[in-house]
Amino acid sequence: MIKIDIEKKLKAYQGTQVLKIATQFETGSITKIYGPSGAGKTTFLKIIAGFVQSEKGIITVDGLTWLDTGSKINLPPQKRMAGFVFQDYALFPNMTVQQHLGYASKDTGWIKRLLAIGKLETLTTHKPEYLSGGQQQRLAILRVLAIKPKLLLMDEPFSALDPDMKAELIGELKQVFKELGTTVLIVSHNPQELDGLTTEQLLISH
Amino acid sequence: MDLNPIWLTLKLAAITTVLLLAIGLPVAWWLSKGRSIFKVILEAIITMPLVLPPSVLGFYLLLAFSPQHGVGHWLQQTFNIQFVFSFQGLVLASVIYSMPFMMGPIKSALQQLPVSLSQASYSLGKSKWQTFTHVLLPNIKPSLLTAIVLTFAHTLGEFGVVLMIGGNIPNVTRVASIAVYDSVEQMDYSTANAYSLILFSITFILVISVFVFNKYRLKSPLE
Repeated sequence: MIKIDIEKKLKAYQGTQVLKIATQFETGSITKIYGPSGAGKTTFLKIIAGFVQSEKGIITVDGLTWLDTGSKINLPPQKRMAGFVFQDYALFPNMTVQQHLGYASKDTGWIKRLLAIGKLETLTTHKPEYLSGGQQQRLAILRVLAIKPKLLLMDEPFSALDPDMKAELIGELKQVFKELGTTVLIVSHNPQELDGLTTEQLLISH
Repeated sequence: MDLNPIWLTLKLAAITTVLLLAIGLPVAWWLSKGRSIFKVILEAIITMPLVLPPSVLGFYLLLAFSPQHGVGHWLQQTFNIQFVFSFQGLVLASVIYSMPFMMGPIKSALQQLPVSLSQASYSLGKSKWQTFTHVLLPNIKPSLLTAIVLTFAHTLGEFGVVLMIGGNIPNVTRVASIAVYDSVEQMDYSTANAYSLILFSITFILVISVFVFNKYRLKSPLE
């Protein structure tokens, strides 16, 4: 069970607005997060991962406190190890596909399986600049799966995939999430694309 | 022709570059993250030698490390170290004088990397050090090389600051740029020309090598 109760001031063109969210997610659930642009969806994920600090808040994951501003508890991202798929992929330009996965995990069997899921087996020696947008996005997803995260935060993870590849990948991911017992939060501008994958939904609005 | 000034210059440039690399990498990394007023002031101090006349810097270093004054007196009494008119004095002056050439390119390159690269590495459980060595550093190689070569080449060409703190002591502080000046003073133009040509050649080869290397590493955004 993941419990979140946070408050964060956001700077916007119209002035300051407050992102205030109190919610909880069942372990193993897959939730789509949707809402208008600028509502704070990405910031919400980044607060959970520990990249952005909230003024007030409590985050507990399976009984472990990640954040409690009252008690000044704030685990760094390295301790939280929430898998994060970035909107800009955040791939390392100096690393090949194989090196990306090898940097995240030493489990060669697991890496082999991930490469098959992402259909990147033939591209293991390629660096990101030689991959298409869709291949880069798949690599970004595989890289976080390499650490077998208990909590996975995905920011527009399927935006560069063609419909067939998206459907196939979503089917594979569903299976992997179930095996790992991963709790997944997915931000999407197009909530319909997640139909069949997500079980819950959360609206973030102004 | 006495080649000692050339060897002394190369030795000074090599030591200065290694020291500045060791100091510059962590400091540039720290400066690239966030902007407190303290960091802004420190950055301004590091940049000062770019615009300050070398003789001014040399003059203050001479005063500061003179055995008759505060720090210099204390160093002499406590550790028996003398910076003025010694090779270590040249190293100290060169480190201060060439610091912006090492720090500037590294800091700019680190600031231009997307913050999401570090964040992605942290979320994989990697420490700040692992992230720096495996992700950040390999992705700023062209700038790192530029910083190293600029620092080395700039140290080769130092004159005012090394003359002020080191003087012109053969085999100790008489570097090539001072040997050129000294030869011209003595109307020995052929020796001055020989030293100048060697310095010119070394610097040209270094700078052209960086440009050629970076031509293949860096792509224009319009390509």
